[in-house]
Amino acid sequence: MNRRHLPLLVTILVFVLVYALCAAQYPKMLSFRVVGNLLTDNAFLGIAAVGMTFVIISGGIDLSVGAVIAFTTVFLAVALDSWGLAPGLAFPLIVAIALLFGAGMGAVIHYLKTPPFIVTLAGMFLARGACFLLTTDSVPVTHPLYGTLTGFYFRLPGGGRLSLIALVMLGVVTLGILLLHYTRFGARVYALGGNAQAARMMGIRAGRTTILVYALSAGLSAIAGIVFSLYTSAGYSLAAVGVELDTIAAVVIGGTLLSGGQGFVLGTFAGVLIQGLIQTYITFDGTLSSWWTKIVVGLLLFAFILLHRILVYLSARRAAGIAAGGAAGVREQPA
Amino acid sequence: MNSARQPALLDLRGIAKSFPGVHALSDVDFTLHKGEVHALLGENGAGKSTLIKVLTGIHRRDAGTMHLEGQPIDLHDPADAQRLGIGTVYQEVNLLPNLTVAENIYLGRQPTRLGFVDRRRMARDARALLAGYGLDIDVNAALGDFSVAVQQLVAIARAADLSARILILDEPTASLDAQEVATMFAMVRQLKAQGLGIVFVTHFLDQVYEIANRITVLRNGRLVGSHATADLPRLDLVRLMLGKELAEIESADHAHGPGRGGLCASFRDFGKRRYLAPFDLDIHEGEVIGIAGLLGSGRTETAKLIFGIERADRGEVLVDGASARLAAPRDAIALGFGFCPEDRKTEGIVGELSVRENIILALQARRGWIKPIPAAEQKRIAEEFVRRLDIRTTDIEKPIELLSGGNQQKALLARWLATNPRILILDEPTRGIDVGAHAEIIRLIRELCGRGMSLLVISSELDEITVYSDRVVVLADRRHVGELRAAEISPRSIMAAIAGTDAPVAQQERPA
Repeated sequence: MNRRHLPLLVTILVFVLVYALCAAQYPKMLSFRVVGNLLTDNAFLGIAAVGMTFVIISGGIDLSVGAVIAFTTVFLAVALDSWGLAPGLAFPLIVAIALLFGAGMGAVIHYLKTPPFIVTLAGMFLARGACFLLTTDSVPVTHPLYGTLTGFYFRLPGGGRLSLIALVMLGVVTLGILLLHYTRFGARVYALGGNAQAARMMGIRAGRTTILVYALSAGLSAIAGIVFSLYTSAGYSLAAVGVELDTIAAVVIGGTLLSGGQGFVLGTFAGVLIQGLIQTYITFDGTLSSWWTKIVVGLLLFAFILLHRILVYLSARRAAGIAAGGAAGVREQPA
Repeated sequence: MNSARQPALLDLRGIAKSFPGVHALSDVDFTLHKGEVHALLGENGAGKSTLIKVLTGIHRRDAGTMHLEGQPIDLHDPADAQRLGIGTVYQEVNLLPNLTVAENIYLGRQPTRLGFVDRRRMARDARALLAGYGLDIDVNAALGDFSVAVQQLVAIARAADLSARILILDEPTASLDAQEVATMFAMVRQLKAQGLGIVFVTHFLDQVYEIANRITVLRNGRLVGSHATADLPRLDLVRLMLGKELAEIESADHAHGPGRGGLCASFRDFGKRRYLAPFDLDIHEGEVIGIAGLLGSGRTETAKLIFGIERADRGEVLVDGASARLAAPRDAIALGFGFCPEDRKTEGIVGELSVRENIILALQARRGWIKPIPAAEQKRIAEEFVRRLDIRTTDIEKPIELLSGGNQQKALLARWLATNPRILILDEPTRGIDVGAHAEIIRLIRELCGRGMSLLVISSELDEITVYSDRVVVLADRRHVGELRAAEISPRSIMAAIAGTDAPVAQQERPA
């Protein structure tokens, strides 16, 4: 076990703990039905959060996530119903548009040396505004394929259902883990977030990596939008307001360092599920306002930020300790 | 060293590089052979770093030729240098602390299988590579978890693995202790045995004599000599670096300051690990103590410890016989210390503020911000110092950045004089100012100590130090290596002390 994995471990522990507490009070929460719903209800959030994980590890931030999701739902509603586009065409098309959009933001961030916060804030307004160009109404999607897709699920024991969109999320999370931890691209993302200057001196092409990271985030947001569209069967320009903040929260609770350079997709997944669990608990309780989710998430965020600071402090002290005592490896040196 | 018939590994001829207004390098030759450690030495502004940057493709040369194993080469960017087999390790570790050791070594060229990084193989390769240097560490741990020394070793291992022809080590040992340096040198010797050519830049002369086969000295952008280490005694090396002929050195005159007053402050066993070896120093009233040594020898470090900018981790300070606390510049100011830093642009003047405000700053800080100095009083103080130090300004309300370097320096001096310090530390007070102002500052130094103020003056100008010092503390390799008194003081004796020729050369102890 590596010390770097400690935040991940803590997140998973918190998830288990929260689930145990919930189940202690409402034993019915410990069922495949609840697990299935948890995955389905948070599918879009989970997919978008994977993209956000890459962005934050690279040292950036993407505020356009929610707006891209909303634009996707509106685009699909209009394209499928008004324009009569086939879903087989509309789905790849919107993902392609989003990829270009994200790549554009990445290019601006890199070449114009503009803070990601500002660039993606502009992207958020652009994408949200573009929704209104298509339609200002909430448009229901009536395409028959939607019924087929949402009706598709694997049956879990105890009446639970593993829906298609939950599967999509699990697939995205798996691919995200592979991409981040087992490809050269993933290492470049960590390198960029660790120290951009050093990364460049080690031969990393920062521009290409930045562009790919934001393209990935926007592309995944579009997929999250497709999932959201399937989930709600509607396109609405005011949908998914503030989702970017929920994803950031999930990423941070998942053990990713907001300043970049450290983090895990699996942690983000756990972060999403923790948020979903709290929501589920509130539903079970029935008397609590759903705003309690926000309060608990806020408290969790504080706790994790504190944890990070403590870990950074301990790590610095440990490095100093090694320096003081002489590194073990160095000591063993033959003269 | 090497068979002379074979073309040199690297051969630079007539290299020149100018920046607007400066000839950073002119007509410099440099030859590096296989299996050689070649020390590149020189004081500030000698052109070492420019030459390194030409070598690593960061700067393009204006003139001259570069041959690598007999083939002409032309470097456009650092990637070119890397492709040709020229690797560099800098003083500041330029690796990624958040990645694992293995990832750092193989970043950009990780072994893959079916498009995915083969982490197991990468770890195995990294372990084998480091084991080759006798380094046994967990390659899957984050690099940042290790000491700077280990990080440097990993950086060297990466550079050597990546390039394997020429390795440039740009002050890699600056923050390592003796044992860590020994480990690094074992690695360097091994690479040397493998036939790499190694360029070694350092300020530590002991290290040069320990590991280098050859020494090239630059001064003011020119080549002043290239010798086999065995043929260049230390004193000659120091002479080459400082650029003094022994004949002219003898002639420099030394005039004594006034006699010493009582003991004012004394430092006992005062030092900081990895920063400066512990030293003892007594400061008497009305005394000028010169602090001499090569660049990086610990002169400024001494000043920063005494002024509390760096906190000493051992030893004690006695002021007027009583033990004093010295944990921050604030404490030092309260004890009546003043410090004019070397780099006045970044550490001294506040450019946008007026001459008056800059002069008043330290005095006001000592009084606390709650008790502002009345405007009339501020004006009086500022005008008095402008007159006394002959600061040339049309108006005391003029932003100080508009003044010439010499006048800025004098205003900075005025800032500390206004606090009426007992001990004033001047770090390179005459650097970058013209000759006239130079003489005036020296006159001021004499005058100040005449009035009972004690001065610690750091300077690279040996003639200058000889002229005004009652005592000279000599530093080398971050240690106080000698103290010269009155009649003993001459540029020659200072250089001898720096070179350590009157002390056993084999001394190996470094800041511990």
